[in-house]
Amino acid sequence: MTLNLTVSPDFAPDHISGWFIFNTWLQRQLGTGVHLELYDCFDAQRKDIKAGKFDLVYANPFDASMLVRELGFKALVRPISKPDETIIATHKDAAIQSVEDLKPGATLVTTDDPDVNRIGMIMLEPADLDASNTETLAVDSYVIVAKNVLNQNADVGFFLKDAYDELSDLIKNQMKILVSSEISVVHHTLLLSPKLQKYASTIQQRLIKMIDDEKGRSVLESMNLLGWEAMTEEETEFMIDLIDTLIDE
Amino acid sequence: MPEHDVKDVRDIVINYHDGTSRKAIVLDREVPYPEGKLIVSRTDTQGVITHANQAFVEMSGYTEDELIGTNHYILRHPDMPSVAFAGLWETIEAGNKWHGYVKNLRKDGAYYWVKATVIPNIRNGVVVGYTSVRRKPSRSKISESEALYKTLS
Ligand SMILES: Cc1cc2nc3c(=O)[nH]c(=O)nc-3n(C[C@H](O)[C@H](O)[C@H](O)COP(=O)(O)O)c2cc1C
Repeated sequence: MTLNLTVSPDFAPDHISGWFIFNTWLQRQLGTGVHLELYDCFDAQRKDIKAGKFDLVYANPFDASMLVRELGFKALVRPISKPDETIIATHKDAAIQSVEDLKPGATLVTTDDPDVNRIGMIMLEPADLDASNTETLAVDSYVIVAKNVLNQNADVGFFLKDAYDELSDLIKNQMKILVSSEISVVHHTLLLSPKLQKYASTIQQRLIKMIDDEKGRSVLESMNLLGWEAMTEEETEFMIDLIDTLIDE
Repeated sequence: MPEHDVKDVRDIVINYHDGTSRKAIVLDREVPYPEGKLIVSRTDTQGVITHANQAFVEMSGYTEDELIGTNHYILRHPDMPSVAFAGLWETIEAGNKWHGYVKNLRKDGAYYWVKATVIPNIRNGVVVGYTSVRRKPSRSKISESEALYKTLS
């Protein structure tokens, strides 16, 4: 048997090698082949997930919703102390001091990260801004978002907080943060497909214990994670319900 | 209450739909919505609070212990028309998502405006409770809602 693993494309490129190291570690732990496939675009990945290509998915919270409710996946673990938070930042010399200073016609620069974009749009609502009265420039990475903010090609940029924090000081010093989310209960999860549920507890236990030995810890470090903690079905449902309230339809 | 102008303080009795009532103080003082936060609570199918996050506790002015097990109407502000909540319950009991602007009453009598979304929690096809998540509303939506609610109450 070979387990097919994929990872949400929203982590910093520096940690790509970490996921390959994790792949090897998991293979040894389970005594079975694990194949890691990475994507640089959310849509292409989602299409392949829906086509049943993957058994194990490290998913952003919005995709987790689709994986659980539509495809019957179950969340095994979440990364410890790593909530997904969103930052809206502007050029340090910009006249705006708060989100409410933004006016209709404002320009945004974003990646195609669905959860950051949704939370970002929610944080623009106090200024009566939405997709209909803003213009969005979508780019491939948070570094490019930052470049566009620095060149003042857009009024504000949306960032995953983790990605913002990893930008160089040189870049960060030229931006100011207008708002930073503090949601704390929305985070990535590692989910297992319905057809492999008989391995759920083995995989979950191995991941939770990863932090207990030196090898496991070094793998975690290369992925920029502190460790994994178990997620119960109700915790997963709670998070998905919460995300559901953030999607306007 | 020395820091408030006496004229701004109203002692009122709030009557709830279930026949109970309580005395409350109402102040004309708004507490700003906390930046970047979501105010989250969950209830059972009757609207009794089963979970409240930290932002909820801070904004309501009650302790978590005071909130859990209490009916959500504890936050009802007398300026909110009952038709707004009738619409809420009709929508969620039909299994749908409800959005609305709500003026909430804090324990200390002050108020805060939210944009609320309420959804049913469905487990194995059964509604087991409801989740409400609030975000920061715009001033223009607050003004519109104030004007609308005046005509309804
Ligand atoms: C999940 C959930 C959250 C609610 N949150 C509020 C709230 O924040 N403020 C409020 O006044 N009513 C809230 N309600 C509505 C109350 O249950 C109640 O209908 C309302 O306060 C009016 O009470 P009354 O009809 O007894 O006067 C909520 C209901 C549910 C199901």
